[in-house]
Amino acid sequence: MSAARMMTGNMAAAWGARLAEAEYVPAYPITPQTEIIEALSRWFTDGTMRGKFVTMDSEHSMVTAAGAAAAAGARVFTATSSQGLLYAMEVLFTVSGWRVPFVLVNVSRGLASPITLESDHNDVLAARDSGFLQIHCETCQEIVDSVLMAYRIGEDARVLLPVIVNMDGFTLSFTREPVVLPDASAVKEYLPPYRPKHAFIRASHPMAQGIAVLGGFIYSYFRYQQHLAAVNAIAVHEEAAAEFEKLFGRRYGFVEEHRMEDADLVLVMSNAMATRGKAAVNRLREEGMKIGLLRLRVTRPWPGEAVSAALAGRKAVAVLDQNIAPGAGGIFVTEIRSVLYGRKDAPPVLSYIGGLGGKEISAAEFDQVAEDLRRAAAGGEVPPSRLLYTGPEAEKIHALLHIAGKE
Amino acid sequence: MMSPERTAYRKIKDLSREEFILPGTSTCGGCGGLEALRLATKVIGEKVVYVNAAGCFTLLAIFPFTPFRGSWLYTTMGSAPAGAQGVRDAMDILIAKGELPREEDVQVIVLAGDGATYDIGMSSASGAIQRNLDFWYFCYDNEAYGNTGVQMSSATPFAAETHTSEPGALAPEGTEQKKKDIFEIWRAHGAPYIATVSPRHPVDLARKFEKAKKIKGPKMFVAFSPCPTGWKYDPSKTPEVAKLAVECGILALKEAVNGDVAHTHVPRKRIPVEAYLKTQGRFRHIFEPVRREDAINAIQEQVDKYWMAVNR
Repeated sequence: MSAARMMTGNMAAAWGARLAEAEYVPAYPITPQTEIIEALSRWFTDGTMRGKFVTMDSEHSMVTAAGAAAAAGARVFTATSSQGLLYAMEVLFTVSGWRVPFVLVNVSRGLASPITLESDHNDVLAARDSGFLQIHCETCQEIVDSVLMAYRIGEDARVLLPVIVNMDGFTLSFTREPVVLPDASAVKEYLPPYRPKHAFIRASHPMAQGIAVLGGFIYSYFRYQQHLAAVNAIAVHEEAAAEFEKLFGRRYGFVEEHRMEDADLVLVMSNAMATRGKAAVNRLREEGMKIGLLRLRVTRPWPGEAVSAALAGRKAVAVLDQNIAPGAGGIFVTEIRSVLYGRKDAPPVLSYIGGLGGKEISAAEFDQVAEDLRRAAAGGEVPPSRLLYTGPEAEKIHALLHIAGKE
Repeated sequence: MMSPERTAYRKIKDLSREEFILPGTSTCGGCGGLEALRLATKVIGEKVVYVNAAGCFTLLAIFPFTPFRGSWLYTTMGSAPAGAQGVRDAMDILIAKGELPREEDVQVIVLAGDGATYDIGMSSASGAIQRNLDFWYFCYDNEAYGNTGVQMSSATPFAAETHTSEPGALAPEGTEQKKKDIFEIWRAHGAPYIATVSPRHPVDLARKFEKAKKIKGPKMFVAFSPCPTGWKYDPSKTPEVAKLAVECGILALKEAVNGDVAHTHVPRKRIPVEAYLKTQGRFRHIFEPVRREDAINAIQEQVDKYWMAVNR
């Protein structure tokens, strides 16, 4: 096993593509994803990577080219962020329906309006039902590992779907952490070359791909197939995770449990902000609170059994969504409540919105969530979805509003 | 005039009798675009993949049937050229790696209507040309969004009626703006081969595809595609409408090789545009109930101006 080296999340993503020997990278720059495509461009130019890097005219074109190259039988990697993912939204649904596997790294960034740069998850969750599988990462190490797992899972004949690997902009994309790069020859063993039997383009074997269908029964058949393939990814993920552990010594689950053994109270989070959540849990543990953290990692397919197994029987659960569905609240909380619904041992599930556009979540805010959890566990009321914001932040925004002449 | 170079196509009998688009498609009777494509495939052959943008031709291939000898990939309305990029690049990569035998290679052909070509797919096409992608672009130009029931596109000519440019008190001509010049837009990009073709001029069409075969890079064909459904004429009249378009000069048959424009058919004596316009219901409102001399003259003047510049 090689020694750890310091690298950003963006470089970890680029290394994932390099180790997977991606042959084709269509790209389009967007902050904070740019470092990924800069690195890949360099590696194709200097001959480190074999194949082609091409700068497209938009993310819409980029994902089309990615899907089309995969439909012709190449191993493809691409990356985007935020507005770019939304610009490609039509194509995400289109190419997942082609049933062509490839990996797209999304570097999460809050969506306009207002236009901003730092992270939250409304971008990647807008693609929640696109047919792409989704893996959400907490660390730079997890990014490179998840890219490799994503190819293995997506290319499996039982799945054949593209995969989004998500990381947070800035907090991971531009943050250097120690990363142990998987050994290249072991990666070759883990990821044999992509040689599709179902989708390719050859003169001697004409094939119509992405063909129109007329009639709901035909359309439904193919859409059901896509759903069932995504559900198959549950079992395939477990195989891929076991094999990954065998070769590289790190084990990844659908969810990650932090100090959950005897936890009565649980905080549910995802992505890099979960690191803050874990720190808060450690601190609250020192204060005597039996609290743990459940981090969502694979969110498509939705690992309902793993989530309910981790949460059922607890005394209270708080879901901290780093996203907002205006008029509804958080996005993950509804999925979590749905898998607990009807169970006698279902805990009350509290809902919080925090960390939008990279907003910090302070110790005071975690304390408030913990206090709410304690009350709910004691049979108290479950408050409606709460929007985390601190007094000092309120003071600052009022000062800015004053300058803007709005109060 | 067509330059006196070697060609296999001197008369219509020189075109292959072999068919590469088989009958039984769902296009309207008299579709000029399909006829132009049928003729083109006789030159290009069957080692092809059609990369399709949403439009009338999307319904040529409907699961589990396809009329094409060759492969097919439906993309989106706005990104077929990007699909062509992905396919071409992947084929080149696999061939270079020795994983795909060279004889398994295919020509990549974007198949797109005027809506996809002139409007929503412009950025994607612009990028593909600028990257000098080796591909064919076949635009069946029926001068409107046909598959959605005939709405105005930026290829719709002045004074044509569509369902989103119906003549009314405030816009008596119907379509008030002029047709976008896609030929010149592609030429400005530096595409090595651009041509206009008509299904009524099969030899001219075949020679152009023959010439383009030898050229690597973006090869654009704007196929004039009379559309009985959208232009409101009897389906049996497609050849006549196409013929009149050339004879009155509204359709200029031409090509640009590395930017140099040559007209491949110059009408010796142009007939008045009126003869062409009157064949189609979409222009009826400039003839009845009141003859709109100003509108008819405007069209004639535009055509005269074009040919004056050509013949100078």
